[in-house]
Amino acid sequence: MPRYYTEEHEWVDVDGEVATVGITDFAQGQLGDIVFVEVPDTGTELSAGGDAAVVESVKAASDVYAPVDGVVTEGNSQLEEDPALVNSDPEGEGWFFRMTLSDKSQLNGLMNAAAYKEFCDSL
Amino acid sequence: MTTSEQTGEETAPIGTLPLDAWHRAKGARMVEFAGYWMPIQYEGIMAEHLWTRTNAGLFDVSHMGQLLLSGEGAAEALEALVPGDISALKPGRMRYSLLLADDGGILDDLMITGGEQGLYMVVNGAVKWDDIAHLREHLPDEIGLNHMDEQALLALQGPEAAAALERLVPGVGALVFMQADAFDWNGVPLGISRSGYTGEDGFEISVPAAHAGVLADALCAMDEVKPIGLGARDSLRLEAGLPLYGHDLDPATDPVEGDLAFAISKRRREEGSFPGAARILGHLADGAPRKRVGLLVDGKLPVREGSKLFDGNSEVGVVTSGGFAPSLGAPIAMGYVPTGLSATGTALAAEVRGKRVPVTVAAMPFVPHKYVRKQGG
Repeated sequence: MPRYYTEEHEWVDVDGEVATVGITDFAQGQLGDIVFVEVPDTGTELSAGGDAAVVESVKAASDVYAPVDGVVTEGNSQLEEDPALVNSDPEGEGWFFRMTLSDKSQLNGLMNAAAYKEFCDSL
Repeated sequence: MTTSEQTGEETAPIGTLPLDAWHRAKGARMVEFAGYWMPIQYEGIMAEHLWTRTNAGLFDVSHMGQLLLSGEGAAEALEALVPGDISALKPGRMRYSLLLADDGGILDDLMITGGEQGLYMVVNGAVKWDDIAHLREHLPDEIGLNHMDEQALLALQGPEAAAALERLVPGVGALVFMQADAFDWNGVPLGISRSGYTGEDGFEISVPAAHAGVLADALCAMDEVKPIGLGARDSLRLEAGLPLYGHDLDPATDPVEGDLAFAISKRRREEGSFPGAARILGHLADGAPRKRVGLLVDGKLPVREGSKLFDGNSEVGVVTSGGFAPSLGAPIAMGYVPTGLSATGTALAAEVRGKRVPVTVAAMPFVPHKYVRKQGG
């Protein structure tokens, strides 16, 4: 299953027509202790680069953007009970939401793991 | 993902403080604050916050302004600008006070300590240059004003702070809350007060900048002491109900509105001889139109600075500080509401991203203060 990354530090796992989206380990490290996550409702229409979710650390609220166009099929309800999952397992159990892919060609504009690592090292 | 964290104005070059390299070597994440690079966190705000509440945390607050006011009549001259009884301040005694504009608005909050050489004052880093200009403009020329920028300022806070500092500087444990004295540490002169900004017992230590690193190393070499960043400093002071200048206090706010009437000394009230006395005495007598209060938040969604407060459908106030309280495991906030809605238990709502979050006016501090007021007490 290919994994893509954005310059806004989201990761996208693509499985057929559905993408799972979360924030990267780098991002959770920058944010620090996560105390609240607001995921989008099922059915929400997202457009690439638009607001999709909000993650709150002790210090600040940060926006999470939609990596591609599509419709939300599921938010991770586990994050409501245990937002710290984003710290402990950001690229696994701490996923934010799943969405359909309206335009798969948008994935071509995202980075692969090697390119994302290089991007983080340059920051 | 982007963060909405405020980074301040980026007009002037960012300064470095004496412990800059020390923080970086300790793995701190540095951010711009009050014109300087400052450590926001080391291992994480939550862990650092809880460590300070159970052990002892070392804070570098060298961005704050340390000022020495000297000369015959310095206390009386300063009283023209603050509402405290400064002329009664004995050497080694401290007082929390407020620098007031002519209309009674708060220009800064500060600590004033009496001493043989003059009045030692600690002012907020973000407004220290404005404070210095205001003091110089309004104080008589014969009153000396020395910005002690060759001094660093450290704070050691938490229940183990006294035991740890006593090991390095015997005798500091004899100080009680809001007392200060001069000490010597291996030939290095230290000005130490029993005070702080966390609600815990603790000390603030003025040390020559050249010796700040060795002192910080000596403190952190003890098992109970860890370096703590600005992030935890903010969550600790919020739990302690202590206002942050520029957020919870500003020039549009007077001491009664800011719930800081305790800083207006009895004699000064009777004399009515401080800036903005007409407005402030009026608010003392009849109540101010609005008041700073604490807010408990229903649920887990943090309510932050700028959130509007509602009573039913009417907008009645604003949140000035808010975040997650690590010691309570819940969000808390501070804000301004009409005095008629300031009673503990009043139910209001805060607006966060278009949603209404129930909040309740709460007594402050949210976490009890642990100040050591009397020896053996």
